[in-house]
Amino acid sequence: MSGVRVLVGTRKGAFILTSDEKRQQWDISGPHFAGWEMYHIKGSPADPNRIYASQSTGWFGQLIQRSDDGGQTWEPVGNEFAYDGTPGTHQWYDGTQHPWEFKRVWLLEPSLHDVDTIYAGVEDAAIFRSQDGGKSWHELPGLRNTKGDLWQPGAGGMCLHTIVQDPTDADRLFVAISAAGAFRTDDGGESWLPINKGLLSPFELPDKDAEVGHCVHSIAMHPARPDVLFMQKHWDVMRSDDAGGMWHEVSGNLPSDFGFPIAVHAHEPETVYVVPIKSDSEHYPPDGKLRVYRSRSGGNEWEALTDGLPQSDCYVNVLRSAFAVDSLDSCGLYFGTTGGQVYASADSGDSWMTIVRDLPAVLSVEVQTLP
Amino acid sequence: MIRVVIPHHLRRLTNAGKEVQLAVEGPVTVQSVLDALEAEYPMLRGTIREHGTGKRRAFLRFFACEQDLSHQPVDDPLPDAVVTGTEPFLIVGAMAGG
Repeated sequence: MSGVRVLVGTRKGAFILTSDEKRQQWDISGPHFAGWEMYHIKGSPADPNRIYASQSTGWFGQLIQRSDDGGQTWEPVGNEFAYDGTPGTHQWYDGTQHPWEFKRVWLLEPSLHDVDTIYAGVEDAAIFRSQDGGKSWHELPGLRNTKGDLWQPGAGGMCLHTIVQDPTDADRLFVAISAAGAFRTDDGGESWLPINKGLLSPFELPDKDAEVGHCVHSIAMHPARPDVLFMQKHWDVMRSDDAGGMWHEVSGNLPSDFGFPIAVHAHEPETVYVVPIKSDSEHYPPDGKLRVYRSRSGGNEWEALTDGLPQSDCYVNVLRSAFAVDSLDSCGLYFGTTGGQVYASADSGDSWMTIVRDLPAVLSVEVQTLP
Repeated sequence: MIRVVIPHHLRRLTNAGKEVQLAVEGPVTVQSVLDALEAEYPMLRGTIREHGTGKRRAFLRFFACEQDLSHQPVDDPLPDAVVTGTEPFLIVGAMAGG
């Protein structure tokens, strides 16, 4: 019987939520790694029993955990993330140059093709790759050569938080970095290109259409159309039809175009989801109503999805990695909040249920569709 | 044997309980004790001292015999009571919160 496994990272541990294909009854296991910040947990598309987890605290630093049995047991693997060569400097909050310093792993992106290959997005922003199942990590330094000296941390830190793989071309990756922008490689990470044309940041940057410096919050792609990208920027929801060559705004009738996650339906490439947040100074839903917005037209025209979600006095946030989509026939959606709730929809967002409501603040949500 | 008390969160990694006992070759110092600890429990590498620099992580402290040894040179000898195993060497998470 098919089913789903939802991997939830929180401020104080990880939780694994499982259900059959109906997604009405849930088993909850955890906390795993109790007391640790679990920024991201993700399974390998090449082998669903292989799961990687980013575990950290301010006291003890970074660990990477690996499971080979679907999350029942875990083993710490390599945790040394050394920048390639002399790390150099980037721009600091006060405009001076500041040395690159590793702080934590924000994101783990297992390869679509090889169970032992995995990418890590880290703070201070860089991309690392392991080709031995997480035992050793090596930076792909060409990314920081792409005007890295001009990158500047945003309020949340200078983190590489998004890695999107092109399923038709293993050498093509897209990444996004807070307050630096979006970048693409077409040669497996050797060289990178800023892909920020069309982005406008008049409230955040002195040069509103600068080549780098835009605060990209998340990028999503449908695997059947790898040249079409959707972006939730700090402000503005954007779309590119040429792999990031040019972006145009598709915010349309959203009540706010500020937000963090963005996702695409598993079977409908023009169906996109965002969670509007009031503003960059007020990180909660507009009007105290938690609403997922869905566009079935690739943007511009959006409808509020509210059935089963709190529609009064709700002041939680939904972080950039805390929204996931399964690939069952009736597409399922999942998201977690900073208030500790995890919501699920088994019908493409038409209706929602609360899987669990009192976890620590949710940092990330991923889902594995199991055979 | 040198007795080392490790903090709660790291015990979950070592699965070796609150206190571990280590044989240390040569002078017993912060450096040699931590070298021996990481050799016995390699999953602790990077959690007490930073990779690369080997510096103590900022929110950890080293105590023994009612003294804070966090700021002394890592090659200084540890107190005799630690060397003889009468007293443990404590690795402590610094207080946080208000």
